[in-house]
Amino acid sequence: MSSEAHTSAEYIKHHLQNLTYGHLPDGTWGIAHSAEEAKAMGFWALNLDTFIMSLLLGAAFMFMFRSVAKSVVSGTPGGMQNFCEWALEFIDTSVRGSFSGKNPMVGPLALTIFFWVFSMNLMDLLPIDYVPLLMKALGVPFFKVVPSTDPNATFGMAIGVFVLVVYYSIKMKGLGGFVGELTLQPFGKWGMPVNLLLEGVNLIAKPISLALRLFGNMYAGEMIFILIALMGGAWAGMSVGNATLYGSQILLSLGWAIFHILIVTLQAFIFMTLTVVYLDMAHQEHH
Amino acid sequence: MNINATLLAQTIMFALFVWFCMKFVWTPIMAALDQRKKQIADGLADAERAKHDLEMAAKRSAEILREAKEKAGEIVTNGEKRAGEIIEAAKVQAKVEGDRIIAGAKAEIDQEVFRAKEQLRTQVSAIALAGAGKILGREIDAKAHNDLLDKLVAEI
Repeated sequence: MSSEAHTSAEYIKHHLQNLTYGHLPDGTWGIAHSAEEAKAMGFWALNLDTFIMSLLLGAAFMFMFRSVAKSVVSGTPGGMQNFCEWALEFIDTSVRGSFSGKNPMVGPLALTIFFWVFSMNLMDLLPIDYVPLLMKALGVPFFKVVPSTDPNATFGMAIGVFVLVVYYSIKMKGLGGFVGELTLQPFGKWGMPVNLLLEGVNLIAKPISLALRLFGNMYAGEMIFILIALMGGAWAGMSVGNATLYGSQILLSLGWAIFHILIVTLQAFIFMTLTVVYLDMAHQEHH
Repeated sequence: MNINATLLAQTIMFALFVWFCMKFVWTPIMAALDQRKKQIADGLADAERAKHDLEMAAKRSAEILREAKEKAGEIVTNGEKRAGEIIEAAKVQAKVEGDRIIAGAKAEIDQEVFRAKEQLRTQVSAIALAGAGKILGREIDAKAHNDLLDKLVAEI
C-alpha cells in the first residue's frame, strides 16, 4: 500500500487493472490510462502485462527445459537434468494414469500446461505492490503481474484445449460420430433437441470450467492479498490499533502466501489433469 | 478485466509453446530416458550373465585344480615307482659288477697261485735234482731219470 491519495477502492481497482494497449478515444493507438478507456477499446486491444508476463514465463521454462534437452545424456545426469527428468516423468506418469489412448502430443501438452500455469500462478507470491510501484516509477500506469488473474489468459488456454478436444473427437470418431455423440444420447434419436442441449452444455462446460476455475482461484487469491495489504495501508500515525493492523498484515500475508503455494501448484495440476481427461474422453467411443 | 484480443494472442502463444515443447523438449528428453532405461536393463542383464559366467569359471577352475592334483599325484607315484626301478636296476648291476670283479680277482689269484706252484715245483725239482745228485754223488742223467723226476715233481 503506497499512495496516501488513494482510497481503498482506488487501490483495489488499480491493482485489478490490466495494462491495455489499443485504440484510444482520440483516435490514436496507445496505452489506456483508466479502466473506462480500456473498456472503450473493445475487442481489438492487447493486455500487455498479461502478454509479456506469460510470454516471459513460458519462454523461461521452455529455455530451461530446452537447455537440458540439448545436452541431455543417458549417462549420469546433473542436477538440472535430474529436475527436468523428474518433472517429465511425473507428468508422463500422471498422463499415463488418466489417458488411455496413444497420442504423442498429450505428454508435451500436459507438461506445457503444468509449468506454464504454475509459473504464471507463482507470480502471485511476489509482494503485490512491488511490481506496480516499479512500473509506476518507469512511467507505466498499470501492471498486473499474475497472467492467470486475467481471464484472457485462462480462456486463451481453455480455448486451445477445447479446439484440441473437438479436433480429436472428430478425428477419432469421424464427424458423424461426433455429431451423433452430441445428438443421439442419452435419449435416443427422438430426443434429439434435448440431447443436443444436454451434450452441448456438457461440451461447452469443459473449457469454461477450466478457464473459470483457474481464473477464479487466482483472482480470489490476488484479491485477498490486496485486502490484506490494505490493513497496513490504513496506517495513520503510531497507535496501538495501527501497529496491530500492521503486524496482522505481515502475519496474514505470510500465512496466505504459504497457503497459496498449495493453491498455485494445485490449480496448475488440476488444469493439466482435466485437460488430459478431456482429451482422453475425446479419444474414447461413448457407449 | 475485459475480454479482448489478448485471448487470441494467448491461444496462439499456448499452441506455439506446446509445439515447441513437443518438438524440442519432450522428445529428446524422453528419448534419453528410454535410452537410460535400456542401458540399465542391459547393465543388469550383463551383471547377471557375468555372475553366471563367474560361477561357471569357479566350477571349471575347481575341476581343473582337481585334475591337476590327480595328475600330480600320478606323476609322483610314477616317479616313485621309476625311482624304485632305477634303484633295483642299479642294485642288480652293482651285484653283477661286483661278482665280475670278484670273479676276476679270484681268477687272478688262482693264476697267481698256479704260477707260484709252477715256480715252486720247478724250484723243488731243481733242488730235488741237486739234492739227489749230491746224494748219489754223481750226475743224474736227466734224460734217464726223467720219468722219476716227473713223478717227483707231480708228487710235490
